[in-house]
Amino acid sequence: MKTLLDCKKACRVKVLKLNAAAELKQRLISFGIMKEAEIEVLEHAPRKSTIEIKVGKMRIALRAEEAGLIEVEKI
Amino acid sequence: MNQITDMEGKACPVIANHIKVALVGQPNVGKSMLINSVSNSHLHVGNFSGVTVDKTEVLFDYKDYHFTVVDLPGTYAFTEYTIEERVTHNYLCAEEYDIIINVVDSTNLEKNLQLTSELFTMSKKLVIALNMSDEADKEGTVIDADYMSELLGVECIKVSAATKLGIEELIDTVIRNYEHDKNEAKLIFSEPVEEEIAQIIWYLDKHKYEAKNSYRNIAINLLKNNKKTYARLHDNPIWTELQPILIEASQHIELHHNSDDIKEAFAEEYAAFNRGVIAEVVKQKKQVEKKTLTEKIDNVLIHPIAGIPIFLFFMWSLFQLTFEVGAVPMEYIDGFFGWFGDTVGATIANDDIRSLVVDGLIAGVGAVVLFVPNIVILFIGIALLESTGYMSRVAFLLDGFFHKFGLHGQSFIPLVTGFGCSIPAYMSARILKNDRDRLLTLFIIGFMSCGARLPVYVLFAGAFFSPEMAGNVLFIIYISGAMLGLVAAKILKLTAFKGADEPFVMEMPKYRLPSVKLIWHTVLTKTMMYLKKAGTFIAAASMLIWFLSNYPHNLTLEEEYGVKIQNAISEEEERSFQNELATNLLEQSYLGTIGKFSEPIFAPLGFDWKMSVALQTGLAAKEVVVSTLGVLYALGDDVDEENNSLINAISKNISFPSAIAFIVVIMIYLPCLAASIVFTREAGGIKYFFYLLFFTSVTAYTMAFIAYNVTKMLV
Repeated sequence: MKTLLDCKKACRVKVLKLNAAAELKQRLISFGIMKEAEIEVLEHAPRKSTIEIKVGKMRIALRAEEAGLIEVEKI
Repeated sequence: MNQITDMEGKACPVIANHIKVALVGQPNVGKSMLINSVSNSHLHVGNFSGVTVDKTEVLFDYKDYHFTVVDLPGTYAFTEYTIEERVTHNYLCAEEYDIIINVVDSTNLEKNLQLTSELFTMSKKLVIALNMSDEADKEGTVIDADYMSELLGVECIKVSAATKLGIEELIDTVIRNYEHDKNEAKLIFSEPVEEEIAQIIWYLDKHKYEAKNSYRNIAINLLKNNKKTYARLHDNPIWTELQPILIEASQHIELHHNSDDIKEAFAEEYAAFNRGVIAEVVKQKKQVEKKTLTEKIDNVLIHPIAGIPIFLFFMWSLFQLTFEVGAVPMEYIDGFFGWFGDTVGATIANDDIRSLVVDGLIAGVGAVVLFVPNIVILFIGIALLESTGYMSRVAFLLDGFFHKFGLHGQSFIPLVTGFGCSIPAYMSARILKNDRDRLLTLFIIGFMSCGARLPVYVLFAGAFFSPEMAGNVLFIIYISGAMLGLVAAKILKLTAFKGADEPFVMEMPKYRLPSVKLIWHTVLTKTMMYLKKAGTFIAAASMLIWFLSNYPHNLTLEEEYGVKIQNAISEEEERSFQNELATNLLEQSYLGTIGKFSEPIFAPLGFDWKMSVALQTGLAAKEVVVSTLGVLYALGDDVDEENNSLINAISKNISFPSAIAFIVVIMIYLPCLAASIVFTREAGGIKYFFYLLFFTSVTAYTMAFIAYNVTKMLV
């Protein structure tokens, strides 16, 4: 199983599943992070504690813990 | 702080031609800016989510109508994740208003329509404002607004708050929609969902259920597990039969979406519908795939290695500028107040009244006004940070670091605001969703030295360090305050605010060049507030301190020295008697009594009674610390920190270790009265104020004690 956390910089992926609890899942969905959404990894903060991704035209910062809950596949 | 016409609680005048508009949109789409260009009012605008933390009402007239526009906090979806989202959701569901303007960002239509499609199921009229259409043009995104209106069944108007394009058309459309009946929005779901909706509509129709909203919207809300709709139907007799239908419908939809979460299923339905709309109405002109400006800037500013040093450099430059550039006009302000005091003093015959006006009022207010240049520079820096979009980048860079100390990356935003003034900082802590995180942040904000403490630092840095070093000293004071705050956060997180960590999901807005007008306005408003405080609160406090330090009069002492001074053989002796008299009088004044009384408490920190008093008066407002020191150390002289006599008096009377300990206390102890009140309100109870009082006092005392003794050993 590959998650968003495993992705390198500039890698493009598609979301397969959100393993987050209901509340966080709603939050992710409201940011456009949902099944079938395409994500590009833009940048990692020092020591990969936080990552910056691009969904559609929006840039979003995510903490490593949250990124690990997003199952993805490479496209 | 911003100028807010908070009309909450006040009834709107009941007039026939009155339209109440609710302005709704996702964060950072320019809602407040749109209101500003519609009504020429001046709401606070920033480039990060959560600037509007409470609803704000703006009134204006247009054609034959009185308008009330309610600016609601930005919300990504109809969830109740953050306080802002709760405010917005509750308002839309429970309050009285006529029409919704949904503001969307034309450059990011797909994401914005997510909220729009949720608004469709409300029973209210709706108009969509396609904001930032000038930017969309630049990016080669062409939106067919007429076709979009037709597809959605809701009028869509292209506007730009920045260039004021389409504003009149938008208001005309609002009026037109207000005057006519509501159009049902066309929101089409996938076949399985439509089937279930049809079934519920049929059922409601059969029982002639009475409702304001259409049956279709009720059906959608029921399927979406909308709590409010459920509550309304729950007490109705038809509920017993409706419930099994709903359960079966949900299972059907969840099966279709291969998910056990009906909300997720609906989000996917909306997304699919929106993609369809976008495909129809948006034409993206072919662009060479090149990096956007934001991406180029981000490559540097959030670079994994260079990012944090760059940020620190920016902060260092800001404090250097604050000291260096701020020092230039100070001389003139100082000169002005000296001249003003003398001129006014010459016209007053009565000694007591002259002393009250010149030494109390003018000196006290002058000491505070003197720092306006420093404050202005600091405010410009913070306004730039807020409006360019850099703030979110720093939150991104620092989240990992903050997280180690138990703070949330988004805590950074209230914390930086705290460098300007604690009051807006306490309020902006609302962007934190989790109550524990929010309380923790509230407790830490005080460690970020606010603008009002700047005068004390400038005074002491000037008294004990060379001018070349003073800017660096300021930077060190601010940074070490922040560091202390982080350590305190860690301690609080391990003790008082234990609990799971909150997720960090945050939008990184596009970089924007802030308009000069906007910065000018923000800084002007904040500066005027500072000056207003100087003219009212500080003026009153200065007079009070003057009174407390001049009364009660001791006639025996005065007579005794009067004789001594008359018999003095040399001018020098006469002056020394005069000084002695002043000191003795001061010590037996009310303020002297208070100071002497509390002196033993502060003795381990190396403070004399004058410093003890200054700390206590500083509880009212930090600016008062300087004016108090001025009154006490140089009674009768001009009181301000650039005044050499005060700097001299301080470097002569206060030892270096005591000065360091004093700065430490100022850095940590309780914020001013106004800020404490806001803190108590935001934290949600008076008990938190006592926690804060205890926490800050103990920390300040301990740290100052350590600082005093360590410095004493080193010097």
